Amino acid sequence: MTEQALRELVMSILKSIAPEVEEGELVAGKALRDQVDLDSMDWLNFLVAIHERSAVDIPESDYARLATLDDIVTYLVRKTR
Amino acid sequence: MIDFRLPSLGADMDAGTLLEWKIKPGDTVKRGDIIAIVDTAKAAVEVEIWQDGTVFELLAEPGTRLAVGELMANLLEPGEQPGAQPGAQPSSAARPASRVPPTTPVPPAADGAVKPGAPPVSTGMQAPGPRKAASPAARRRARECQVDIEQLTGTGPHGAVTIDDVERAAARAKSTREIGKEAGDRQLAMRQAIASAMARSKREIPHYYLFETISMRRAVDWLAEENARRPITTRLLLSALQLRAVALALRQFPDLNGFWQDGAFVPAAGIHIGVAIALRQGGLIAPALRDADKKGLDELMQALADLVKRTRAGSLKSSEMSDPSVTVTNLGDQGVEAVFGVIYPPQVALIGFGRVVERPWAEQGALRAAPVVTASLAADHRASDGHRGARFLAALRELLQKPEDL
Repeated sequence: MTEQALRELVMSILKSIAPEVEEGELVAGKALRDQVDLDSMDWLNFLVAIHERSAVDIPESDYARLATLDDIVTYLVRKTR
Repeated sequence: MIDFRLPSLGADMDAGTLLEWKIKPGDTVKRGDIIAIVDTAKAAVEVEIWQDGTVFELLAEPGTRLAVGELMANLLEPGEQPGAQPGAQPSSAARPASRVPPTTPVPPAADGAVKPGAPPVSTGMQAPGPRKAASPAARRRARECQVDIEQLTGTGPHGAVTIDDVERAAARAKSTREIGKEAGDRQLAMRQAIASAMARSKREIPHYYLFETISMRRAVDWLAEENARRPITTRLLLSALQLRAVALALRQFPDLNGFWQDGAFVPAAGIHIGVAIALRQGGLIAPALRDADKKGLDELMQALADLVKRTRAGSLKSSEMSDPSVTVTNLGDQGVEAVFGVIYPPQVALIGFGRVVERPWAEQGALRAAPVVTASLAADHRASDGHRGARFLAALRELLQKPEDL
């Protein structure tokens, strides 16, 4: 998947969990959970959906590196390469 | 013949609108089957039946507003032969006195959808009689809420109308007005339901509050190790661990798990933990995670994920709405260190968890950083004392020190 496709995938999953999110309002370099009200269950569901639709394994020890939208996309680009 | 009545939908819900039947006369039903969908201010509730039987007659039309306890259907017991033709027995005779007045049944729309604009009615009406006994405060509240006090059934001494009666009637009238309207109005109805339950709690329940800072070093380490071994689809959340610990601790403290009813504590039959779940559009619901102490950690995690998902989708079962025996609220994700809750009546306790934070922690004479959480207990002083509450929090603390045993 291209970087653009991965970004779109992540956004569509995010919107399925937090329908109120508008992509234009998200600051790509700012921590996602500071901008969107995601509790730990939402966060887990978000990552599970990313895993299921990109086939990328995300160990829990990597969660801390997945703060911003850019972080997540970069991580997925690297893992799917 | 089995009379099936609308079951309780929680302390702050005393009526609902029948959306649809899932059964028809002649159907065989088993205990636990979903037989109808009933809409409330909080969710579309799947109503379960608690007996086996064969459906004999449906007594309510979709679109009708039903009071809790109102007769919905007749069923034949297994093996029973129908003794009368449908409708031969005047069903109104079996209806409880609290029946919503006859203005309520809304003719179902052609497509079976609920028609908006059911006339706002104050329920629990009686024929107008002599001036009602009511306190000045209740009368004032009635004027504020535009409730006709003469129409209310009082539950106070000598049938006097209490502030509670007024607020319940106001909430009912309010939610009647809201049913079938826009989602925004539904939120308003939910706000009203929460307002009514929480105001009752603070008026009636003498809360006492305790808190304990608990080291989560072992729990956090154990969870990290456990989750490292698991695929993401079966990973556990710390909140599941905390719920499991609460459920096990409650086994030792049945006096915190139950209801204050008619001036006495009634212990609950099972440990059905109401989990406070915030809704994205605002408001909250605390449906029951039933028999939480009988579920292992994995099962509990799955049940929690399922409950959160269905709550947010607005689809809950009547058993989940009716009988939480205690509530757990976790505001850790919102970044606060502690929460001191308002008990959901008629329950007698609420356990709160804050965020897990790193703090300097002294243990066995050594000082180091440790992840800690503040667990709190708000409990009803009529049902238990601080001494018991303190021992409960201590038991909870000890359980969280042995995560591998949870």
